[in-house]
Amino acid sequence: MDIDPNSLTWADKLGLMLANGHGQSKALGLSMESCTRDRSVLRLPWQEKLVGDPATRVLHGGVITTLIDSACGFALMGHLEQLGDIATLDLRIDYLQPAAPDLDVFAGAEVYKLTSSIAFLRASAYQTDGDPIATAVATFMLGANAPKYQAKRG
Amino acid sequence: MSATIVDAVKAARESGDYQAVLESIPYMKFLGLVVEADENGPICRMPGSDHIIGNPVLPAIHGGVVGAFLESTAIMHIMWSRESLHVPKIINLTVEYLRSARVVDTYAQAVITKQGRRIANMRVEAWQADRAKPVAAAHAHFLLPREDA
Repeated sequence: MDIDPNSLTWADKLGLMLANGHGQSKALGLSMESCTRDRSVLRLPWQEKLVGDPATRVLHGGVITTLIDSACGFALMGHLEQLGDIATLDLRIDYLQPAAPDLDVFAGAEVYKLTSSIAFLRASAYQTDGDPIATAVATFMLGANAPKYQAKRG
Repeated sequence: MSATIVDAVKAARESGDYQAVLESIPYMKFLGLVVEADENGPICRMPGSDHIIGNPVLPAIHGGVVGAFLESTAIMHIMWSRESLHVPKIINLTVEYLRSARVVDTYAQAVITKQGRRIANMRVEAWQADRAKPVAAAHAHFLLPREDA
């Protein structure tokens, strides 16, 4: 498939980055549903190996945690329009209801406040009916690991 | 249905070895967790491996996986302390990321801050080479299973 890199939007590039992913994103099979400066949505395909309670086949809360953390990271990169050197400072999640077995899970996240060094995000995870299964707030640090990095304010 | 986990918990009560309980939970097995114990309860270990990486540049363990590891350790602690046949349900979790988690063995141990009849309030810490330098910590609430056989 021929892709002209110049024709790709920033959202396309982030989507490709996730699709050609590495590490945990690849192991979970995460993909991008949508990405704008305002909001990014990731998708996690249902997999039996991610179950946290074999009696009920409900997904482990940690899978939702990882999906939400990833969605926040992509929402922040989508908002900044650059591959920020970002790190999660804290993440608080309320698990509102168990994920229904056999259904994919989506997580949408948005940056609601950005300063020169900190981003504040909120996120939610849901399944096909759109009813949230988890809500979250997260704080990310910009320039987390490279002192020279400066966040560009758009 | 969940004969596997019930059998595993019953065997663990006799032997004190909770690894089979952990491995009956698919996601904990997926993370490659190993459980040992000291007098204060289970210590979980997450071996460093490519599939838990979040940031390939540093590299560092995915922040979500660190959260998942802390939650899993809290779950194992509750199952150990109550000899529960059921997996407790998480209500909420707050993770504080204290240091970049390198892709090496990570350890975690939980304490029950307060246990009521229905709710357990937990504190969990994860560390790598030096226990005095935790890489992450979490507070969590769990809904305890109603009946314990």
